[in-house]
Amino acid sequence: MARSFSSPAALVSAAVAGVLFGVGLSIGQMTHPEKIWNFLDLAAIPSGGWDPSLAFVMGGGLIVAFFGLRLNRWLGWQQPLAGPSFIVTHRTRVDAPLVIGAAVFGIGWGLSGFCPGPAIADLGLVPQDVWLFVVAMFVGSWVAGQFVEGPRASAPDAASVKPA
Amino acid sequence: MDHFTPLSALVGGLLIGLASSILWLVNGRIAGISNIAGGIYPIRRGDELWRFVFLVGLPVGAWLGYWIGPAIFAEVPRELPHITLTPLWLVGTGLLVGIGTRVGRGCTSGHGICGLGRLSLRSLVAVVTFMVAAMIVVFITRHVV
Repeated sequence: MARSFSSPAALVSAAVAGVLFGVGLSIGQMTHPEKIWNFLDLAAIPSGGWDPSLAFVMGGGLIVAFFGLRLNRWLGWQQPLAGPSFIVTHRTRVDAPLVIGAAVFGIGWGLSGFCPGPAIADLGLVPQDVWLFVVAMFVGSWVAGQFVEGPRASAPDAASVKPA
Repeated sequence: MDHFTPLSALVGGLLIGLASSILWLVNGRIAGISNIAGGIYPIRRGDELWRFVFLVGLPVGAWLGYWIGPAIFAEVPRELPHITLTPLWLVGTGLLVGIGTRVGRGCTSGHGICGLGRLSLRSLVAVVTFMVAAMIVVFITRHVV
C-alpha cells in the first residue's frame, strides 16, 4: 500500500507526460514567442496578418483534457493508476487574487511572449537565451508564495487540496 | 513564422491534452506548469520528485519536437526560437509571470487547458483576464509605442 506521488511508476508516468507535453508545445510552435505575439495581436486581423494557431493548440488540448479529466469518474476509479489520490483544488470562488494575479501574468506574458511551459521547454532549444527568464520566474513565484500563502506554506496546489 | 499553421497546432494541442490526461489518470495530479514548478521548493519529500521529472521532460520534449515537427508537417519550419529580449527585460517579465501565476494560482496550462477542461468558473475568469491583459500589452507594444 506504499503508494506515493513519487513511486517509480508515478515517476515514469510524469516523465512520459512531461516529454509529451514538451513535444506538443514544440510541434505547435508555442516555443516561439513570435507565434504567441502573432496570436495576441488582434489588430492584425483586418490586414490578414493574425495567426490563430494558439487557439487551435488550446482547443486541441481542451478537447482531450475534457474527456481525460473525467475518465476516472466515468470508470469509477477511487485512486489514480499510480498515485495515492486525485489532487485538485477545492477553490470555487472568483476572488481578487485570482483576477489580479491573472492580470499580472497576462502583462508578463504579453511583454515576453512566454508563459511558464514554453519558457521551461525552451531550455532544451535556446537555453542561453531563456534561462534568465526561467530563474526570475521561479524567484517571483517563491517570493509571491511567501506573501500569498505564508512562510510555512509548502506548495501552491497542495496548500488547499482534497482528494477528488 | 507569421502564417497560420492549423494542423500542427491542433496536433500539438492534442498531445498536450494527452499529457495532461496521463498525469491526471496515472498520477492524480493536474498538469499546471506554474503550480508544478512552484511546488518544487521548498523540498517536501514524496511530492517533489515527480514535479522535477515532469519539468525536465518539457525541454527534452521540445528538443524532440524540433526534429519531429518539421518531419511530419510541411507547415512547421525547422528553426530555433528567436529571442530578442534584453537580459533586464527577461528578468522583469519572468518576475511578472512568476508572481502573477502564483497569486492567480495558474497559467495557460493549469487554467487554460485543465481548468477549462474541468469547466471551472475560476479558470474561465483567469483565462479571459490574462488573455485580455496580454492582448492589450501587445497592442500597445506593437501599435502604440
